[in-house]
Amino acid sequence: MKEEPRRIPVATDQDVVRVRQLVRTVAVEAKLSLVDQTKLVTAASELARNTLVYGGGGIVEVYGVRNDFRAGIRIVFADEGPGIADLELALTDGYTTGGGLGLGLSGARRLVDEFTIETAVGQGTTITVTKWCR
Amino acid sequence: MALSPEESGRLADLLKEHADGLVGRWAELVGVTLQGRMTRPELERQTRELQRGFQQAFAAGARDLADEEAAELRAQLGELSATRARQGFSANETAVSVFAFKQVLLGILGDAADVQTLRDYVAFTAFVDQAALLTFDTFVRVREALIADQAEQLLELSTPVVKLWEGVVAVPLVGTLDSARAQVVMERLLQTLVDTGSPYAIIDITGVPAVDTQVAQHILKTVVAARLMGADCVISGIRPQIAQTIVALGIEFGDIATKASLADALRYVLGKNSYKVVVAKRTER
Repeated sequence: MKEEPRRIPVATDQDVVRVRQLVRTVAVEAKLSLVDQTKLVTAASELARNTLVYGGGGIVEVYGVRNDFRAGIRIVFADEGPGIADLELALTDGYTTGGGLGLGLSGARRLVDEFTIETAVGQGTTITVTKWCR
Repeated sequence: MALSPEESGRLADLLKEHADGLVGRWAELVGVTLQGRMTRPELERQTRELQRGFQQAFAAGARDLADEEAAELRAQLGELSATRARQGFSANETAVSVFAFKQVLLGILGDAADVQTLRDYVAFTAFVDQAALLTFDTFVRVREALIADQAEQLLELSTPVVKLWEGVVAVPLVGTLDSARAQVVMERLLQTLVDTGSPYAIIDITGVPAVDTQVAQHILKTVVAARLMGADCVISGIRPQIAQTIVALGIEFGDIATKASLADALRYVLGKNSYKVVVAKRTER
């Protein structure tokens, strides 16, 4: 089962805040625990900011999903930026090209249940994360 | 579509001839929309000025709102919509003040069904549309300026630095900590440390809904800056869900003291200052 996605274009810092608010609303509706809500919102915040800062802006889509056992939330972050040349390096704790802490991408992966990343140099990056209700 | 010189001349005459009835009817129409939020004399004064503005512009030979001859009228329209915007009227209510003019003029033209009257009216409505667009434009600009002002005020409001105890200041952070606010917080805190000579600062993040790497980095930078000035920082208000998120993200606060609540932080700082918090014994009589 797949619901209609709610989408937010990300082009400014303000949009990152809007993504965070949307994800929080959806997480509350899906009855995620407070810890999981906070984790998902934080992961969304990191990835949306990456979309903005490194991808030059893009689109964030939030879905409610359901498999045989439980419900969850899936968020897709898509940009058409330069892509990631060395994925392994980008996912290393403390590695950054932008002056941050270098924990956003790797940290976001630890905050969610499923994390997939599609990227190619010059073809943008699409990251899909899922958090399941427990 | 610009007016021809003859058209603007005829319009000027028409407006002059019917001046009083026109203003009355116009004020009446606008009054319906604004529903008693402006007094009738005030409204009539405004519409009379507008009517005069239009009449003078036409009499001077203005063929387009952008013409030199219409400069006065443009200033008037700008002033009107700026006032309305500040008084809290909606864009619709502001534009209606100008649009109502069309209806009023139609009433004055009466039943004369000749082609010339029709042409005049169409040319006139195009002019009024331009005028309404101008008021709309000004309205939006004034509102945006207001919002920008408020955002700035909010930034100032939402970042107080308070004195908790002799030598202990606290910054209760509430809401989203973006770069702009982080900068304000840091400046305020460092200045207060200098002004009060406080050796301790508590940064309370109870009101921050999500602590991501950017927020953490801003806090860490603030702490390092305070340390450079010889002040010790404690971070308080770390709730269970925030603690778990910080661990998962891999953020390390190193040797910075962190506490669950502001009360814990204050007790910790007082303890370091050799204060002891005890329950006062009741004196027996």
